[in-house]
Parts: sequence; structure tokens; C-alpha cells
Amino acid sequence: MAEAPPLLALEGLKVSYGGIQAVKGIDLVVGRGELVCLIGANGAGKSTTLKGVTGLQPVSGGTVRYDGEDVTGRPAFELVRRGLAMVPEGRGVFGALSIEENLAMGAYIRSDKAGIREDVERAFALFPRLKERRRQTAGTLSGGEQQMLAMARALMSRPRLLLLDEPSMGLAPLMVQKVFETVIAVSREGVTILLIEQNAKLALEVSHRGYVMESGTITLAGEAKALLHDPKIRAAYLGVGA
Amino acid sequence: MDIFLQQIVNGLTLGCVYAVVALGYTMVYGIIQLINFAHGEVVMIGAMTAYSVIVALTGAQVPLPPVAIVLVGALVAMPVCMGVGYALERTAYRPLRGAPRLAPLITAIGLSIILQHLAMIVWTRNPLSYPQIIRQVPIHLTGNPDGATITNVQIAIIVASVMMMGALLALVYRTKLGIAMRAVAQNPSIAGLMGIDINRVIALTFVIGAALGAVAGVMVGSYYGIAHYQMGALLGLKAFSAAVLGGIGNLAGAMLGGLLLGVIEALGAGYVGELTNLCRLSGWFDALAQRCASDPNVTLFGSNYQDVFAFIVLILVLVFRPSGLLGERVADRA
Repeated sequence: MAEAPPLLALEGLKVSYGGIQAVKGIDLVVGRGELVCLIGANGAGKSTTLKGVTGLQPVSGGTVRYDGEDVTGRPAFELVRRGLAMVPEGRGVFGALSIEENLAMGAYIRSDKAGIREDVERAFALFPRLKERRRQTAGTLSGGEQQMLAMARALMSRPRLLLLDEPSMGLAPLMVQKVFETVIAVSREGVTILLIEQNAKLALEVSHRGYVMESGTITLAGEAKALLHDPKIRAAYLGVGA
Repeated sequence: MDIFLQQIVNGLTLGCVYAVVALGYTMVYGIIQLINFAHGEVVMIGAMTAYSVIVALTGAQVPLPPVAIVLVGALVAMPVCMGVGYALERTAYRPLRGAPRLAPLITAIGLSIILQHLAMIVWTRNPLSYPQIIRQVPIHLTGNPDGATITNVQIAIIVASVMMMGALLALVYRTKLGIAMRAVAQNPSIAGLMGIDINRVIALTFVIGAALGAVAGVMVGSYYGIAHYQMGALLGLKAFSAAVLGGIGNLAGAMLGGLLLGVIEALGAGYVGELTNLCRLSGWFDALAQRCASDPNVTLFGSNYQDVFAFIVLILVLVFRPSGLLGERVADRA
């Protein structure tokens, strides 16, 4: 039997954003069970890459393969039904819906009520703050709590592949730590993760492999540990003098 | 006092119908920010379809009680209207989803004209007299034998409307589909990331609104005893005003707006003659005093001005509280 294809593979992916080609033909692979990060400065095209993957932004060239199958340009909901989940940039919780309703939407594709209830309890155990406020609207939560909710909601679909878009953005250091602890825990459970981050140091510390993106192209790729010690990366992203 | 009570009863009946129709406007607006001006025509098609069914059944002397015949009419009208609602969304509005907002608005007006004329071809341009197979039985509300009454048909309209509104609220706030509808209304692309097929949810919103509209059409036809291919235009515009009064996009608002508008209209119609009776001024004008001696009811406006009140309300709301009575609080949006 042939080896199983990587869970996510981008081949020469090009995505335009506002008339500008923000992603200029990148290759990126996320293997099963891997935690891969895509780091780079603000505006490098990281988020646009994810938008291209989930069909939120039209792809202008190249291929997105999910589980070996060409899914380029497919609407997001179809990918979600195949096991992909995403925590979007800016969290994207439904502010007028209660926390419970947000979680219910995370489990929209499932119909096993007992399993869903179990997962809600698990999410509440992981994030006790959410349990306290289960009937409040998500708009009343703090930024960090919304990030927790967005993560918990994404996990409700029991995804195989989790895409995280800047989960640490705008959060207090303590919250950032909590978010990354969660990322590691989810990864250990066997969920494949593609993590987009501006906080390069933290991202590389938790990841298996990393990609560095600069103005729409991948400039470096490799083992996360190696990237962490790469002098160019240290100078450009980790704030350490070369 | 009896006139007041009677007009309240009439107003609530009418208001229930407005509320049910207004829900169709407000649901669609809430989810895709489109004012579906063709919704009034969907209501008209509901009334017309039920009319044909009722006429056919009574003509064939089907041994069914009158109430059952009207019910069958409504049950046929519902899927017909749901089909029309779906077709409108699928063929006209969906292709324009990303277009500037003026495009779907003009399309809606165009569709409304198209539907009117299709209905004219099918049901002729003449007013159709709705078979009054359910005998209207007045029930006295006070001891006064000439006083205010409520009829069995009015009670049926109020009960059916309240039941439909309750069912809709339960659907939107208690079911997974309802949560999905609210999620799509808030943020369609994030809803897609939950695995929600946005197009399906939007289409269902149209279909549910159309089903409510169908029943409203049957109620209007049975209440006034008349149906006409243009009946949806004014009714739709009034229901739209009701939705704006309550705060468009807000379900409870549409219900409140509908009821208020119905009552305002009924009271307006009941009192406009009395309030604009020029004979009150006859002490000041000799000519007027002479006329009023022979006819004490020289009024400026009569109850035929009842249609004006809905639009006066619409204008006042737009000027003084554009977000409507229960309009969305912006802070709720994350």
C-alpha cells in the first residue's frame, strides 16, 4: 500500500487580496499528526494563505490538497465536513449568540448528541471561565475568553486538521501562555495543526516544523528547533542581534 | 367606549396579520440585509391559491366542514408559496448576493411586478370574492347588545397568528437550524467555517417566511372576503412599515410593530372622522354653521384614509427612531 498523502499540501498556491498578489506561489506540507507553524511579519501573506485554503479568498493559481484530494476553491463548509476546522483571525465568535450556542455551532456537522454533550463538558473543563458564562452572549467576553471560546468551538467538530490564525494576537501574556498550552495539548491528542503566528519564538518552540513567509513567498523551512537557532531568523523575528 | 373596544379588536386582528407578514420581511433582512419587496406578492399568491382550492372544493361539494376546506386551502397555499419563495431566492437574489445593495432591491421591485402580472394572468384582473364558507359569528364583549363584538374568524386569526409566531420563535431560538440562521446573519463566512451550508440556510429563511406569508394571505382573504392580484402590494408595504417600526431584522420587533400598526390603523380609521369634524368650528364660521345645521357630519377625512396611518407611522419612525422600537443594539455585534 502506498504511503498516505500528507493531510494538507499547498502546491504553488497563489492568492490575491485586494488586487495585490499576497501569496505568490507557495509550497507547504502538513503531515498527519504534525504541528507546523507558518511565521512571518505582519502583511507577509500568512492569513491570506489560510483564506485561500478555506475558500474565503479565491485562489488565483496552484492547488490545495486535503487528504490527497484536490479541494482548491471548495467552499469552507465542505472542508469542515471532511474534518478541517479553523480558528479565524480576530477569533470570529458569534457575539450575539450565547457561549453554549457558539459551541453548538462548532458541532454543527455532528449529530451524536451524547458525544456533543460530552465534548461541551470537556471544553468547559478545559476553560472553566466559559462554563461560568455559558448562557451569556459571547460579545460580553474579554478578548482572551473569546479566543478560548473560538478554540473550544473549533474543537467541537472533532477536527483532523486545525488551522489557527494568530491565536495570540492582542492577548495578555498569561492568556497567550494558556492558548499555547492548549495548542500543545490538542496536538498531543493527535490533531494535526497548522499554526499561523507573528510570535515566532513561541510558535517555533511548540512546533515540529516551521515555514517562514516574507512578502508572499516562503523563504525558509525546516525543523522548528533548527529555525529557532538560525541566525537569520533570530535577527529578523526573535529580536536577537545577529 | 364601545367604538374604542371594537377598534382595538379589529386592530389586533389586522395587526396579527401584519405581524406574520412582517416576520417574512424581517427574517430575510436579518440574514442578508435585503428588503424582499416581492414578499407581499407571495402573500397574495397564498390568498389566490387557497381561493382556487376553496372554490374547487365547495364547487365539487366535497363533504368537508367549512373550516376543514379553508384549512386544506391553506395547506395547499403553503407549499406553493414556499416554492415561489425558494425560486425567488435561488434564481434572482442569490446571483446578486455580492452585488451593490441597490441591485437586489430593484430586482425585488421587479419581481413584485412580475408576480402580480403572473397572478393577473392566472386569476384575472377582477377582484375575486372569497367564498364566505365560514359563517362569521359575532360574540359580544360587553353587556350592550349594540356594543363591541369579536367574531369567530377574528379569534381564529389571532390564535393561528400567535401559534405561528410562537413556533417561529421556538425554531429560531431553540433549534440547531435557528442558531445557524442567527449565526449566518451575524457572520456568513465564519458560519461557513462551522460547516454550515450558508446558501441552504438562506434559502430556508425565504421558504419559512413564505410559508408564514401563505397563511397570512388565507387569513386576509377570509377576513375581508376578497382577493385581488394587487392585494399584496399595499399589504406588503404596510407589513414592511410594521417591520421597520419594530426594528427591521428583529423578530420580536416585527411582531410588536405589526400589532401596534394594526391597532393604530384601526383607531385612526375609527376616530379620524370625529376628529376632523369641521362642525366643531361652526361657532367661528357662519357658513359652516349653516351647513352643519342640515348635516352635523361635515368631516375633512373619513375612515377611507385608514391606509395613511401606516405610512405616517413609517415616516415618524424613520425620522425619530430609524432603528425602530426594538432595533438592534450595536453593542451586541462582536
